[in-house]
Amino acid sequence: MAKQKQTPIKEQEPKERIKNFKEVCLGYAAEEAKEEALRCLQCKKPLCVEGCPVNINIPKFIKFIKESKFDDAVRAIKETNNLPGVCGRVCPQEEQCEKMCILGKKYEPVNIGKLERFASDYEGDIKSPQIKKNSKKIAIIGSGPAGLTCAADLALKGYDVTIFEALHDFGGVLRYGIPEFRLPKKIVEKEIEYIKKLGVKLVKDAVIGRLYTIEELTQKFDAVFIGAGAGLPYFMGIPGEALNGVYSANEYLVRVNLMNANNSSSYATPIKKASRVIVVGAGNVAIDSARVARRLGADVTVVYRRSENEMPARIEEIKHAKEEGIHFLMLTLPVKILGAEKVEGVECVQMMLGEEDETGRKRPMPIEGSEFVIDCDQVIIAIGQGPNPLIAKTSRMEHGLKSNLIVDENMKTSIEGVYAAGDITSGAATVIKAMGDAKKAARAIDEYVKNKGKDAE
Amino acid sequence: MFKIAKKQKLAENTYLMEIAAPEIAKKAKAGQFIILRIDEKGERIPLTIADFNKKTITIVFLVVGKTTEQLANLRKGDYLLDFVGPLGNPSEIKEYGSVCLVGGGLGIAPIYPIGMALRKSKNRVIAIIGAKSRNHLFWEDKFRKIAHKLIICTDDGSKGVKGFVSSALKDFIDKERPNLVIAIGPPVMMKAVADITKSRVKTIASLNPIMIDGMGMCGGCRVIVEGRVRFACSDGPEFDAHKVDWNELMNRNKMYLEEEGYSKEHKKCYSSN
Repeated sequence: MAKQKQTPIKEQEPKERIKNFKEVCLGYAAEEAKEEALRCLQCKKPLCVEGCPVNINIPKFIKFIKESKFDDAVRAIKETNNLPGVCGRVCPQEEQCEKMCILGKKYEPVNIGKLERFASDYEGDIKSPQIKKNSKKIAIIGSGPAGLTCAADLALKGYDVTIFEALHDFGGVLRYGIPEFRLPKKIVEKEIEYIKKLGVKLVKDAVIGRLYTIEELTQKFDAVFIGAGAGLPYFMGIPGEALNGVYSANEYLVRVNLMNANNSSSYATPIKKASRVIVVGAGNVAIDSARVARRLGADVTVVYRRSENEMPARIEEIKHAKEEGIHFLMLTLPVKILGAEKVEGVECVQMMLGEEDETGRKRPMPIEGSEFVIDCDQVIIAIGQGPNPLIAKTSRMEHGLKSNLIVDENMKTSIEGVYAAGDITSGAATVIKAMGDAKKAARAIDEYVKNKGKDAE
Repeated sequence: MFKIAKKQKLAENTYLMEIAAPEIAKKAKAGQFIILRIDEKGERIPLTIADFNKKTITIVFLVVGKTTEQLANLRKGDYLLDFVGPLGNPSEIKEYGSVCLVGGGLGIAPIYPIGMALRKSKNRVIAIIGAKSRNHLFWEDKFRKIAHKLIICTDDGSKGVKGFVSSALKDFIDKERPNLVIAIGPPVMMKAVADITKSRVKTIASLNPIMIDGMGMCGGCRVIVEGRVRFACSDGPEFDAHKVDWNELMNRNKMYLEEEGYSKEHKKCYSSN
């Protein structure tokens, strides 16, 4: 008989963790992981696998953990997922595998995410499987979740893969976007180390669209995959957004995660430390920004125009943020940022929920005459990002109004031999969604290159 | 790693470096910029391309703070950790007729390749270049070769006309009637140029606000142009000078003054005039 409740997992105490950037969740020890693995019912028709966008064989890896075969567990995960340390930490399992877990119908579901994380962290010396190489060359643009996934899948099939990254460090949003306390950079580095062991070459400082165009890459490579991400921050278009003290969440997070601005005694990039910060938006990026600001010593309030039920961020992250003393102000829409040169406050209007809108959520509507002012000295805008327009602008590829690349069901773009997946096609979504689509693209690329070879014969 | 192929002191506090970056050099066009990072702990600073040939990109910088000071201490044969580009949109080069280039302070450097390209496209090129004093001035010889007419200004009158480049422009704009004015320099100078040419001559300014990634990702370089938020790195760096909200740009450039004790930002690189 399975235990009703999940095996508890250790976390850094809120009072402690707001003073550092170390990981909040400390992970399972081996005995705890085995105890949690015992809860898995080993279903004949595992629904959890269906719930996983990359279809990890979940019962199989959990069984290995139960039997203390931890190396076999991580190998089982890596049959379909090359970034287990990342996914074990940042996937919204509660909406995917764990949501489908049969045990979850009556009790708490198996803590699949934390078991995945355990298996990945346990792996010491990373081994690469034997690969039979072919001479076909693939270019991958972007070293984020989509690019790394597509690169690994194609490298495992024997392709000669080169990743082009625009920034000076690899990992895309895993590097510049998700903070250390949620995804330690050494975990990202470990995953990239594995990708390198598969024979993938990584080139930094290469801004595709400027340094090489997509068309040029198609001349030199047998196929091209674009996973350039959602690197275009949206602003609200309200007065005062250009005042000093207003950051896009992207800029705020890039300064801290990529440039180490929180460690200003050693690193040259500055960041403004504020005493009272308003974060606009309630997605994962907003919560990440709020928690970074809290760690930099600010009193932080998240304002969101809808209600708590509609907050897009993961429940676990909202819970962590609340424990850390971050305030949440629901049904609140900023209409004006106040100040002469620097931010002095935000004028907001109270909202109410009306009929359902096209997203199936209740539409927020302003209540007339309900304006009020919140004093603050910093505002972080985290209302979403769009696809980075550089590639769409510098090639003749078909794209949508928001510069999102148009792809068919096999992730193929309008240019032959060029495929795309992740946020560059869909706008901002999740790491795992990007990975699922990137796997689909890798299969299509494999097929395309093989057929091309046949045609030439 | 990118090797420093040449280093030269151009003027007071002003240095030139040629960086071996053949792939970038192949693609570079007048008006574009690069971003460099000296080492692992360094910040990313944008610099507009001052010249290029098949193998190297030339950058010119003014020592104003920690990063530029560190850069100035590097020697020929040393390496930069990161060198990214070419970034931003190139200048629109075509046959305009006559074009007046206004370069103030460090702005003298990036306006040079634009002048050369315009000259090649059969334009009459008038150049006004200015600096604090004769010791801060550079590239007079290079401009003599590309400009049909060259006016030199110094704030203290130690060389050429005494006064700002904007005053020199004011004195002859009605006589010369250029078809286009291009201004590069500190924002206060570009604003002064825009005020003079308003409703007379179309004027382009190349903006250099605070920037991190240089490819449209962070929004830190946002400027207000015609009431709209634009990103200098990906929508610019050149904009219609009459539509830029200059006061907002100058205010944003002050953002990190307090933090400059340990890290001075690149924005002051143009502030010698």
